[in-house]
Amino acid sequence: MKRGSFVALLILLVLLSVVSLFIGVRNITPWGLFQASEDQLQVFFISRVPRLIAILTAGASMSVVGLIMQQLARNKFVSPSTAGTMESASLGVLVATLMFSSASVLHKTAIAFVFALIGTVIFMRILEYAKYKDVIIVPLVGIMFGNVIGAFTTFLALRYDLLQSLNGWMNGDFSGILRGRYELLYIAVPLTIASYIFADRFTLAGMGADFATNLGLNYRFVVNLGLAIIALSSSVVVLTVGSIPYLGLIVPNVVTIMLGDNIRKTLPFTATLGALFVLVCDIIGRTIRYPYEIPISLVVGVVGSAVFLFLILRRGVYATA
Amino acid sequence: MQLLRKESGTVAAVTAAEHEQRQLRSLWLKLVFLALIGGALIALFLTINVTDWGFALPRRGRKVVAMLLVGFAVAYSSVMFQTITNNRILTPSIIGFDSMYMLIQTVIVYLFGGITLAMMSRELLFVINVGLMVLFASLLYRWLFRREGRNLYFLVLIGIIFGTLFGSFTSFMQRMIDPNDFTVLQDRMFASFNSVNEDLLLIASAAIVLVTLYSLRFLRSLDVVLLGRDQAINLGVAHANLVNRCMVVIAVLISVSTALVGPITFFGLLVANLAYQYMHTYRHAFVVPAASLISVIALVGGQLLVERVFTFSTSLSVIINFIGGIYFLYLLLRETRRD
Amino acid sequence: MIEVRNVTKKYGSKAVVDNVSLTIARGGVTSFIGPNGAGKSTLLSIISRLMPYDHGEVLIDGQSVARSKSNDLAKKISILKQENHISVRLTIRELVSFGRFPYSQGRLTKEDQQYIDAAIEYMELGDLQHRYLDQLSGGQRQRAYVAMVICQNTDYVLLDEPLNNLDMKHAVQIMRVMRRMVEDLGKTVILVLHDINFASCYSDTIVALKDGRVVHQGSVEQIINTQALHDIYDMHIPIEVINDQRIGVYFT
Repeated sequence: MKRGSFVALLILLVLLSVVSLFIGVRNITPWGLFQASEDQLQVFFISRVPRLIAILTAGASMSVVGLIMQQLARNKFVSPSTAGTMESASLGVLVATLMFSSASVLHKTAIAFVFALIGTVIFMRILEYAKYKDVIIVPLVGIMFGNVIGAFTTFLALRYDLLQSLNGWMNGDFSGILRGRYELLYIAVPLTIASYIFADRFTLAGMGADFATNLGLNYRFVVNLGLAIIALSSSVVVLTVGSIPYLGLIVPNVVTIMLGDNIRKTLPFTATLGALFVLVCDIIGRTIRYPYEIPISLVVGVVGSAVFLFLILRRGVYATA
Repeated sequence: MQLLRKESGTVAAVTAAEHEQRQLRSLWLKLVFLALIGGALIALFLTINVTDWGFALPRRGRKVVAMLLVGFAVAYSSVMFQTITNNRILTPSIIGFDSMYMLIQTVIVYLFGGITLAMMSRELLFVINVGLMVLFASLLYRWLFRREGRNLYFLVLIGIIFGTLFGSFTSFMQRMIDPNDFTVLQDRMFASFNSVNEDLLLIASAAIVLVTLYSLRFLRSLDVVLLGRDQAINLGVAHANLVNRCMVVIAVLISVSTALVGPITFFGLLVANLAYQYMHTYRHAFVVPAASLISVIALVGGQLLVERVFTFSTSLSVIINFIGGIYFLYLLLRETRRD
Repeated sequence: MIEVRNVTKKYGSKAVVDNVSLTIARGGVTSFIGPNGAGKSTLLSIISRLMPYDHGEVLIDGQSVARSKSNDLAKKISILKQENHISVRLTIRELVSFGRFPYSQGRLTKEDQQYIDAAIEYMELGDLQHRYLDQLSGGQRQRAYVAMVICQNTDYVLLDEPLNNLDMKHAVQIMRVMRRMVEDLGKTVILVLHDINFASCYSDTIVALKDGRVVHQGSVEQIINTQALHDIYDMHIPIEVINDQRIGVYFT
């Protein structure tokens, strides 16, 4: 049964991907592709295809990142957007822009990565420091932490008159994806594959240092690797696409509700469903007010919030892994 | 049945009365002190660096009035909300009240279109908005409170998500609105401390005065509510009824403050807690004025800083959100740790 | 007199209080005992109008609880429940003063102050009265709450498991106060108790509940015996009479 539904998901993904390639202001149809003009081909390969790749990569990688975080923190409501990670990455990008205004993309990534890493580590520390009897507090603290960082970032941006640009990358948007401007996202692919390889070890690490070491795990290494993957993926997504709320939270939760917690089983599903989710939201964003486009962060903000609410109400107390 | 009571003036009764008097005097002094600071800051705000008195004074005066109204509205609604929820971490904004206001406003615009609204008076729009706010607030949050066994943090998390949902949906709707309609109404919708929505000052004042007079009657009952729902009912307070009325008052107050300066999420939290710490009393009759004065001081003082020291390169709401966010985290961690 | 007539309260499809009828006469200490989930606390909450009921009627001195004004009831009946969480700092005196709210609505007169003084003295809290509640021990805090209830000066005083979290000395202290309230002040005290031995030593009447129903009601001799206790608790509890008190030895 599971096999069947996985295949069904994949097929759906492929179908919708194809559909996505042909939505847009410029009228390009599948059969017209072969007699396409120079212009149309350009749009196709410079904008449409890269956009699709970006959508799939961002969706898949962030969902997987969310899954890892949930394993490591033993809490179903932890994700890059509820742990201050995305906000830290954004702060990193701002600082990079401020201090090295002509920095290369790689430079910016490195700085964003460092900030995202620090932010996530601080969050994990806060979790350790305060013993929570209530699982629901964790995402609360994470969101608040993210808000504080966000406020500080906005403060800096206002100070140095970068608010316009800040809003640009704080709000996730696929419309700016063009060939030559998004390749950074490819980094997320090997990271996602690495996640799959280390999946079981992340689960083990989540059970605590003593428990894991007792079973022969190199605890520190695994945790640090996990954090690095999380921080790097988030940074890369923020830099290319921007910040998308609740991504990395919704999909892993939906998958684990349906399929349980065996990460080897759920990871491929999560990646696929994540890609599908973002794809569907993007298609909605592009068609609901055609020819205007509604940025992905808004669509996911609405859909994501609704789903998150539903999850909370349903999952409530049973949110420990 | 025999009554239990001490007969005429014993030593105990006398010193109790003295104690009471002393406490009252100290409370009044504290309020006066706050009022003096507030007054001084307002005077400073009105008179600093004035080149053209005829121009500056009325303009600044309106700003001061707006800050007074907002300060009072946020303080009163936060203290009241904390009392009825029996918790010091919550405020109406954290629960998403002000985002709800923005959403209602956007939806109205979407439904009625720009032209109709441009011709409608701003006051009428405000009144409609407030009416809907009151309705939704009572329904929505009553549902949340009624659930037995729902814990507090759950509520806060739900509130925050609602806030994001409303916020996203509002932005979403704003894009769905015809761009022409949108430009017509843009400045009306995005108030901030630097651009206060001054047309509404009159009706906002009226709303606040009305609602305050209405609530004065049950101010003492609110003191009892501090003991919790069960004890309040035990002592004869009609609890459910009272909470309803408070929600109405809160909805109006939040509408006023959001309409004038936009959402200021954590301000109420800071101000309410500071008031309790400073006054060392549970009595609303003293805590509410204290909170209001503190908030006016913070707003006027803060805006002075922003205008004169930072020269507008920052925004008061950003600073408030930052400080407030950290304070909220601190309170949250402290509460959970204690358990 | 308190009359409970065919009262039922359901949570979903489960009847937590199932068609209970009961009469509690004036004067004396009445204890509600029974296993967990028997509905004792719920019944107490219903009688004191803290919780609504689905069917039936509750009359206090002939007046229906559902149709009476909350403030009028507050002068007749008072209840103290287990969880008392306050978010502000109060001194003992301030807490006890709340007991006068039904009478003076927060504006305390000299007469009120006398009641407050008397209640504080009754619970021997005179020295501590200006200390904050969060600075006190559990036992002292409980005494402060009881003082507030005394200050409320009602005919009927209801307490829901007042001995939880109290050490032996303070538990005995509270129970002694209950008896004094009945004997000195003529009040009617109704307690929900976990410990059958406290019920045995201090009650005039005992009401035993199980699965939302009254299974036994009567004097101490009638309830504190092996047969009746077996009906109630599904346990064999031998009874020893020590110092004229009937003690249940349920430990082994």
